[in-house]
Amino acid sequence: MIGLTHYLVVAAILFTMGVLGIFLNRKNLIVILMAIELILLAVNLNLVAFSAYLHDLVGQIFAMFVLTVAAGEAAIGLAILVIYFRGRGTIAVDDVNRMKG
Amino acid sequence: MIQAIAFYLFAIVVIGSGAMTISSRNPVHSVMWLILAFFNAAGLMVLVGAEFIAMLLVIVYVGAVAVLFLFVVMMLDIEVAQLRAGFAQYAALGLALAVALAAEILIGIGAWSAGGLKISQRIAPIDNGVPNIQAMGTLLYTRYLFVFEAAGFVLLVAMIGAIVLTHRQRGGVRAQSPFRQIGRRPGDATRNVQPPVGQGVQL
Repeated sequence: MIGLTHYLVVAAILFTMGVLGIFLNRKNLIVILMAIELILLAVNLNLVAFSAYLHDLVGQIFAMFVLTVAAGEAAIGLAILVIYFRGRGTIAVDDVNRMKG
Repeated sequence: MIQAIAFYLFAIVVIGSGAMTISSRNPVHSVMWLILAFFNAAGLMVLVGAEFIAMLLVIVYVGAVAVLFLFVVMMLDIEVAQLRAGFAQYAALGLALAVALAAEILIGIGAWSAGGLKISQRIAPIDNGVPNIQAMGTLLYTRYLFVFEAAGFVLLVAMIGAIVLTHRQRGGVRAQSPFRQIGRRPGDATRNVQPPVGQGVQL
C-alpha cells in the first residue's frame, strides 16, 4: 500500500494550487469558484486518506458531508454570479463592493 | 507495483490538471481540466479502498457541479481578455504565498510522520469483510442519521436559495393566464344588439 505521506503531499499541493488560483484569477469569479472546489477536493482527499490508514470509516462519512456542502456552495455561488452578471454585464471581482443594497 | 504506478499516474495527472484549471485562458477549458482533476482524485480514493466516496465524486462533481459550471460559463457572455488583465500582476505575490504555504504544510507533514500517530479507540473500525458501501450506509443511517438529514436540509436550502436568487419576473411579455381564461363568462365577451334598419352597428 502507498504510504500515507504520499497522499498528504498530493493533497497539500492541490490545496496550495487552489489558493494560488484565487490569487491568479482575481478578476474571474468563475475560476475563483473552481479554485475553491479544488481546495475542497484536497480536503476530501486528506479525510479519505486518513480514514483508510487509521482504519476508521468516520473520515469517509465526513468527506461525504464536505461534498454535500461543496455542492450547495457551488449552486449558491453560481446563482449569485448569474444575478451579478445580469445587473452589471461583467464578472470582474474588483467592484463587488458596490453590490450591497 | 501496479498500485504504485497507478498512484503516481493519478497523482501527477491530478496535480497537472489542477495547475491547468487555474492557469487556463478560457474558462471552458478550466472546467474541462477540473473534470479531469476530479476523475483522477476519484482514482486516488479507489486506491485506498473508498469506493463509495470515489463514485460520489464522479457522480456529484462531474455529473452535476461541473456541468453546472459549464452551463454558467457558456450562458454568460464574458470577455476573456479583460478578465486576464491582472494575471501577471498578481502572479509574483501569489506564487510567493503559495510556495510559503506549501512549504509550511510539507514541513508539518514531515514533523508529523517523525512522531507517528496512534489512536486508542476507533468509532467505526473498517471491517474488511464488509463492502465499503454497505459499511457507509450502516453508519450513515444509524450513528450519523441526524447529520445526514441536516445535510439534506443544506441541499434543500441551497436549492430554494438558488431558485429565489435567479428567478425573475419579466415585464412586457404576453403570458397566458389560465385563471382569467376560465373565469371569463359569455356575458363579458358577447352582447346582443338590434340595430335599426339603415344604421351600422356601434362596435
